[in-house]
Amino acid sequence: MRDQQASRSFDVINTTLILLFVLLCLAPFIHIIAISLSSARAIMSGEVSILPVEINWGAYKQVFTDSSMIRSLGFTVMLTVLFTVFCMLMSIAAAYPLSKTKLKGRKVVMFIIVITMFFSGGIIPEYMLVRNLHLLDSIWALVLPGLISPFYLIILITFFQGIPDSLEESAEIDGSSYFRTMVSIIIPLSMPVIATLSLFYAVGRWNGFTDTLMYITSPEMYPLQLKLYQLVNNNMVSELMQAEGASGGQMLQPEGLKAASVIFATVPILIVYPWLQRYFVSGVMLGAVKG
Amino acid sequence: MVLKGTAYLRRYWQLYALLILPVSYFIIFKYGPMYGILIAFKDFNFFQGINGSEWIGFDGFKEVFAMPDFFKVLRNTLMLNFLDLIVSFPAPLFLAIMLYELKIVWFKKLSQTILYIPHFISWVIIGGIVYQVFGTQSGMINNILMSFGLDAIPFLTDKKDWLITYLVVGVWQSAGWGTIIYLAALTGINRELFEAADVDGAGRLRKIFSITLPSLKPTIVTLLIINLGHMIAIGFERPYIIGNTAVRDYADVLSTFVYRIGIESGQYTIATVVGLFQAIVGLVFVLGANYTSKKLADQSII
Repeated sequence: MRDQQASRSFDVINTTLILLFVLLCLAPFIHIIAISLSSARAIMSGEVSILPVEINWGAYKQVFTDSSMIRSLGFTVMLTVLFTVFCMLMSIAAAYPLSKTKLKGRKVVMFIIVITMFFSGGIIPEYMLVRNLHLLDSIWALVLPGLISPFYLIILITFFQGIPDSLEESAEIDGSSYFRTMVSIIIPLSMPVIATLSLFYAVGRWNGFTDTLMYITSPEMYPLQLKLYQLVNNNMVSELMQAEGASGGQMLQPEGLKAASVIFATVPILIVYPWLQRYFVSGVMLGAVKG
Repeated sequence: MVLKGTAYLRRYWQLYALLILPVSYFIIFKYGPMYGILIAFKDFNFFQGINGSEWIGFDGFKEVFAMPDFFKVLRNTLMLNFLDLIVSFPAPLFLAIMLYELKIVWFKKLSQTILYIPHFISWVIIGGIVYQVFGTQSGMINNILMSFGLDAIPFLTDKKDWLITYLVVGVWQSAGWGTIIYLAALTGINRELFEAADVDGAGRLRKIFSITLPSLKPTIVTLLIINLGHMIAIGFERPYIIGNTAVRDYADVLSTFVYRIGIESGQYTIATVVGLFQAIVGLVFVLGANYTSKKLADQSII
């Protein structure tokens, strides 16, 4: 009886703690939503924490009528789709031949690829390369340098190797070429892993910031992250000015607008989140078990 | 059937054709920058390019090793990674065990779903959130502190307080997602062990310490070694976005330093040297970690 009671109280404490952690995890988002819906006066006087004060949708109206924001969203969607399609085409083209262990020269190619997982030229040489190829300030600077991730490639190769040889052999007997076997047998059988890796690439591109900061200078090609960063950075500057005692109030973007922009950039990720979660968890398992 | 020369190629040319673009990609975009490492040994300027610039041998290295700033960012890199190891490494372990002990299935699933979200949020967005939550003037935490009559804490502008911000944000972002690998390992536990423990009258905590934790030991050791192998590697976005000039004494790390002196100030030789230093030391660390892992756990991590 006492054991059961102890076990029961363990469950109560454990569940309560997890609930607390979940709320702590959500609190920042809830706060930002509250800020985005509150009046400027309420935000400035520090009244807003979890619930919006003096609700209004003005900040969102401003975000959605800001043509540069909408253009940035459109550009990011295009960039992400372009990048993901290119990545998958290249990865599949690499993984199919490399999944054939008997192919002559396979080891050399694998060696060339695996080396790059451990050693890279570094930020400056990469920047110089993009510059020398005249890719600076073009969408290709954000697409080409990251086309194949060796980690994801190895996951794909391993998956291809798991497909029974008999399927391919029977196609071969029927006179199917390697191209046809790849397109009509291997790719359809690999849709789950292709979906997973596509999401990996897409999320990486959507959230990517470093290369946009280094390579993009024209405002009309600002991806969402870079656009948002400028807004937030403007924030930091004001925080610093206030810390140093200066009054930098006039130039500031209203807090509500910034919060609404953060929400605006977060929502697309949350929309695809159910798929993200499902495929990412399975992807981590693929990497952990076989990689 | 052994095919030779042209016959072999005629049969397999399609496979080689598929490899042309991917291999070209690796040569151009991965090995191309390796060629660019030559910048570290040259007095680089744009007009003469990499080939035309004058050789200076190891003068760039001498200059870097004489820079106080270099040692400061090196220290910061190790310090932030070490603090992260202490704070962010155990967090997912505890969280995973707590989730594993949850009895109500729907609540467990819902909790996991929510706890994973921060992993998918970009650092730029996190930066925006951090400002709203930790800001001194109108941040949520300071609003709450001040409403209790306490002094505001300059989480973003005082370097020591900023460390707390950096670490808390790290835990918030990574702890939930980090549980996945532990939860996967936990599904492998033989349930009979728990039943046997029940028969022996073991309590819940007893079972955690005697069954759950020991069965996670290989995972913990492997992850710890991987983490130690990455002590000198540090992402760019987290310190760059959460940091600011007021806390540069702590927030400036190797990656942000390379960006600042290289891309922003145009001291390409110096920046390339620092990057090369980081790449080489990083490689030694990773290989060392792998060696240790092989010796210790009989398991290669690479």
